[in-house]
Amino acid sequence: MKRIGVFICHCGINIAGTVDVKRVAEALKDYPGVVLATDYMYMCSDPGQSLIRQSIKEQNLEGVVVAACSPAMHEVTFRKASAQAGLNPYQTEIANIREQVSWVHQDDKEAATRKAIEHIKTIVEKVKYNESLIPLSLSLVKKALVIGGGIAGLQAAIDIATAGYPVVLVERSDRLGGHVGKLSGVYVNFNAARDLLESKLQAVQENPRIKVFLETEVEELGGYVGNFTAKLKHRGDNGGEPTFSEHTFGAVIVATGHSLRPLSKFGEYGGGRYPNVIDALTFERMLAPDGPTGGEIRRPSDGQVPRQVVFVQCAGSRDPEHHMPYCSKICCMYTAKQAALYRQRVPDGQAYVFYIDIRSQGRDYEEFVQSAMTEHDVLYVRGKVARLYEEDGKVIAWGADTLTGKPVEVQADLAVLATAVMPAEGAVELAQRLRIATDEHGFFSEAHPKLRPVESLTAGIFLAGTAQAPKDIPETVAQASAAAAKVLSLFSQRELVAEPTIAYVDEELCSGCGLCIPACPYQARAMHPWKHKAIVNEALCQGCGACVVACPNKACKLRNLTPSHVLAMMDAYLAEV
Amino acid sequence: MRIPYYPGCTLSTKAKGFDQAARQSFAALGIELAELKTWNCCGATFPLSRDNLLDLVGPVRNLVSAAAEGDKLAVACSTCFNVLKRSNLVMRNEEDKREKVNFFIEADYAGSVQVLHLLEILRDEVGWDNLAKAVKKNLADLSVAPYYGCMFLRPPKEMGFDDHENPQILENFIRALGAQVADYPHRAECCGNYIAAFDLETTKEMSYLILASARKAGADLIVTGCPLCQFNLDRWQQDLAMKHGGFRPIPVLYDTQLLGIALGLDATTFDLDKHYVDPRPILAEKGLI
Repeated sequence: MKRIGVFICHCGINIAGTVDVKRVAEALKDYPGVVLATDYMYMCSDPGQSLIRQSIKEQNLEGVVVAACSPAMHEVTFRKASAQAGLNPYQTEIANIREQVSWVHQDDKEAATRKAIEHIKTIVEKVKYNESLIPLSLSLVKKALVIGGGIAGLQAAIDIATAGYPVVLVERSDRLGGHVGKLSGVYVNFNAARDLLESKLQAVQENPRIKVFLETEVEELGGYVGNFTAKLKHRGDNGGEPTFSEHTFGAVIVATGHSLRPLSKFGEYGGGRYPNVIDALTFERMLAPDGPTGGEIRRPSDGQVPRQVVFVQCAGSRDPEHHMPYCSKICCMYTAKQAALYRQRVPDGQAYVFYIDIRSQGRDYEEFVQSAMTEHDVLYVRGKVARLYEEDGKVIAWGADTLTGKPVEVQADLAVLATAVMPAEGAVELAQRLRIATDEHGFFSEAHPKLRPVESLTAGIFLAGTAQAPKDIPETVAQASAAAAKVLSLFSQRELVAEPTIAYVDEELCSGCGLCIPACPYQARAMHPWKHKAIVNEALCQGCGACVVACPNKACKLRNLTPSHVLAMMDAYLAEV
Repeated sequence: MRIPYYPGCTLSTKAKGFDQAARQSFAALGIELAELKTWNCCGATFPLSRDNLLDLVGPVRNLVSAAAEGDKLAVACSTCFNVLKRSNLVMRNEEDKREKVNFFIEADYAGSVQVLHLLEILRDEVGWDNLAKAVKKNLADLSVAPYYGCMFLRPPKEMGFDDHENPQILENFIRALGAQVADYPHRAECCGNYIAAFDLETTKEMSYLILASARKAGADLIVTGCPLCQFNLDRWQQDLAMKHGGFRPIPVLYDTQLLGIALGLDATTFDLDKHYVDPRPILAEKGLI
């Protein structure tokens, strides 16, 4: 019989405060197969781990049960410790007596102690049947897909290609550059956005490892980290039928950018009804030398140069009642820039900025906003604009100056709304195709807000730019380079390692009924091309066991959780204590 | 079609023309507005404090009466409509308040009645196309400024049948009658409401903004569905004309009065002579009365 050691963790008082760990150790001591049952204050600590390693060697253990917290916490820790002592890691199992016992039975110590004993015995039975498994190695395609050809996608593609790996960059519009390509100058130095972009576009064009597909969208994405299969949809010429192409990639960066809350949503500002109420991106195009007015500021209704311009910040942002609850982050800064540029180009004009408060967090950002007020004489009014309407050829703004507590009315020629940053059109649908998560607004969710800010929750899919949340150019470029670095660290591995505790098929028993194929939620099941037996795609299988339940012949099994395991475990669990 | 109808206090006293025009016009369109057998004041304001259940008693009693007579309740007055519709939502959605109010008035009402404004009935039950077909008079030469006020549209999440910032129902109504819509920016601005009771000058100026803007947009008259708005807009125009040089007073009609006139009904019972700014000269000039 296998020689098994049982290690019972106190977890300080988390377990030992409720479960009588000494009694548990005593009860396990004489259980068949158990040659050692001991307890310790913190099994995950260095001394705790070395106790396990030492015991494996001294007692010649062939199996280990650690009775401690959830396997989600420390299964890897204890399997590594076992491996260091020369024991196959899959001979080590966790009996969860914290989340499943001590934490939920704090008011009944006796019952908790008995349950812990039963629980550990069950896992001991499991270990008796465990095989020594070897982790799977999966191939890794060292080629990246970047979705979105804005500044984020361009930067990520450049970084990956420069490191020597091929990149496919897809962009659904007919040109690269995204929103940055539409801007005039950028804060805080008024540098031409076009120049910034050109340097990136040139780097992309000159790099033979980057293949750009314009007017292309990702139709389907299958597979898994290291081995994604993508079906790309290319728009047909002159409105003809689209064409499709298939590719394999090891990693994906999603950099699909953002959209802006449409003017038509601003009934209170007459958005969409009044020609001289425009959004900031339209104003940005007026400022841009390649824009429709050739860089001249002219209001849409009659082409006149506006003498009074009202800028409305937080149009649709920070307004949970009617619009979006979040801060769009970029508006304070670009509004200061736009107002300053307006004042430079129309020196006798007056610019008003209505704001809730100014958020200028970044190097030289606050100084930039101050210079708009002091050097460019932009008039900042702290308060929201309640209403905009046009009468007698004027855009009239009703607002409040909350510093004086007085209502304010401005008779302006043009009003510019800093409209809220929203997810790009189709972001939620794309997230579904990629099987990644979005937040309630449709921005792609990162795996962890602090520690994994550029990863999605799906391994091998990374996020960059405003597709994840509102952010400005430097932040976008930084996140794009970070996502590229994640891809490169993935590509630096020779192969990918995966858990072997997945499903397999006993060909002797399989009748080829195929019931396991629809049962699998991961598309990991298929029929063998000619054997008429079901097969498992080891890379896709997550070991959930749905196929095991579906199989009428018990031909389908999970490694180290076979029917023999489960029956022995149930026998132990149901036995009289 | 027969729809239970809540006239409310103002339509039974100061604004009888509003009520008469409503009943006669809807009858002409094949809808009997059947006055509730028993009703009381709607309360005139919807109670906003959370523990003010007593002020729900009045409106809910009316809803209980309505439930005995049908599944809908037609209302003409914007304020009554606002109070009744919101009280109905409380009874429908807030279990705690529902139980207490039902216990107090010895009823078992859970918000089953659908509270409808007359304009909603015209839009959804009659339809603008059918209304246009029923019009007998030619209003093509008449420019009408729609005036919504606050009670009809707000709060939008509760009233919710038109865009509160860019409403269209009055515009569509005016167009269905064949008249011109005078487009002006202040059609949903506040008229001054009850501020008139303690700060008349403010109310006058708030009303003036609306009246002057409608005039500037070329309106011959204003239509509204709210008696208080009608009063505030109508009452002080002589004073305003004295104060603001060049301002020409503009008649303020109820929506049902214009409807009745367009349908070719005898307007003598519509109390057009009771308005402070007499609408008859302009209506006569346009050949409508």
